[in-house]
Amino acid sequence: MKKIISLITSAILIACALTGCGGNKESVATDGSTSMNKVIGALGEAFENETGITVTYNATGSGAGIQAVLEGRCDIGLSSRNLKDEEKANGLEGTILAFDGIAIIVNPNNPVSDLDIDTLAKIYTGEIKNWKEIGGNDAEIVLIGREANSGTRDGFESITDTKDKCKYRQELTSTGDVITTVASNPGAIGYASLASVKNNVKALTIGGVVASEETIKDGSYVVQRPFVLVTKKDTALPESAQKFFDYITSDAADEIISSTGVVPAN
Amino acid sequence: MKKNRLFENIVHGIFLILGLITVGCVLLITVYLIISGIPAIKEIGLFNFLFGKEWASTAPEPKYGILPFILTSVYGTAGAILIGVPIGFFTAVYLSKVANKKVRAVIEASVNLLAGIPSVVYGLVGMLVLVPAIREFFNIPDGASLFAAIIVLAIMILPNIIKVSITALDAVPKEYEDASLALGATPTETFFRVSVPAAKSGIAAAVVLGVGRAIGEAMAVMMVAGNVANMPSLFESVRFLTTAVASEMAYSSPGSLQRNALFSIALVLFLFIMLINATLNFFLKRNKEK
Repeated sequence: MKKIISLITSAILIACALTGCGGNKESVATDGSTSMNKVIGALGEAFENETGITVTYNATGSGAGIQAVLEGRCDIGLSSRNLKDEEKANGLEGTILAFDGIAIIVNPNNPVSDLDIDTLAKIYTGEIKNWKEIGGNDAEIVLIGREANSGTRDGFESITDTKDKCKYRQELTSTGDVITTVASNPGAIGYASLASVKNNVKALTIGGVVASEETIKDGSYVVQRPFVLVTKKDTALPESAQKFFDYITSDAADEIISSTGVVPAN
Repeated sequence: MKKNRLFENIVHGIFLILGLITVGCVLLITVYLIISGIPAIKEIGLFNFLFGKEWASTAPEPKYGILPFILTSVYGTAGAILIGVPIGFFTAVYLSKVANKKVRAVIEASVNLLAGIPSVVYGLVGMLVLVPAIREFFNIPDGASLFAAIIVLAIMILPNIIKVSITALDAVPKEYEDASLALGATPTETFFRVSVPAAKSGIAAAVVLGVGRAIGEAMAVMMVAGNVANMPSLFESVRFLTTAVASEMAYSSPGSLQRNALFSIALVLFLFIMLINATLNFFLKRNKEK
């Protein structure tokens, strides 16, 4: 009997040590936009090195992150779109951390390298169907997009004013899938956050403006969206979360934010 | 003696509890799905929900019609069965009756390996190899389509069909075949006139199992089907019942009509799978009674 009791106690102790139910408050939980993976990862690492407080990040998507804040499942929600009015009415508050440029990507073999935003809207609403109409090859334009509710899709559609009018050929569920698909189809066009674009696809210039940190910061590159930190308006953050919040919105964090390919807001 | 019986009783009790956990899970899921699936159907209307041709859950005036998803799932599964069953069936006949031991061991090992490949890997290979190949072969602008999903599903259900059919064919008493051969039938005639009819309910069960796997698959088809809520057509981008739930669930806010409608889709899928299970049980029972 004694043996069993001691066994159970030790098992509980081990379980506690593993899950950290001993009341380790020195951690900050963030939850939300998959596009903010890089920037939050880099900031969290720097913050941990400086203070020893760990930052956890759950990549669930903007909507889910906002929901998590509302339900108190995380300290700071991450959203790659501005808060909706109904979300603000629920007592949430958004602080812009950075701006993310949305790159318009095509296959590297596509001769088209510049579009203006109206043409882009016409392409995505199906008014322009063939690349030859805008000086490209004689090939049907294949529209690649993200699933409904995705922060990137929402950003793209609100910027180009094509909300719910896009005639997608494919609705993929991650940035990586979009890039892979565009890279493998010569007629495809897609959108993805600038930070994730690699050499296997070509980023178009919009109205002659290259998507870059400077052009996003000065506003001349128009396809861009904010990265927002979501918190509850009336409830104070836990001490460690407040420290993290102050740290990432301070000037000291700017360098880290820019190193991840997005443009700091302040 | 008494102590022994106590021990037996305790062990029986533990097994009973473990068994009840499974039953409890099924009940919990069923009840939960029904409770959370009914409200949206009530709000949208059963007819509009099941036979509506348009799905636009995030539009300012949302539309929740899942007919495209239902038809896509049915066509996709039917297509996979059409391709997968003949291949699987003949493979099973070959392995069970014709192949020598070494060949059978090698092929069976690969079939088992095929069964163990995670669906995301099927999806990835489909996306990188199959989709571009379909695009070039059929000379269409984009290869992500119902057709791509059918091919992927057909490959995914092969192991199920082959393994269950082999078990059924192996169970055919050797005397049947010997009698047929003794009467002068050729081996091929024996296999298809004697062995296969004797194993037919087992083979039917294999097909039903394949249907179940195909209709429930989400990850692999999500990566190759394009996921646009079109009415199904072979070379168009389509969305299945499973992917409709999977691609929007993470974003929908709890309590919203969108989330409830996703639960209703899950309920419809659940009913389909219950139906398939009932059919499977029917075949298996008939098999036993023989």
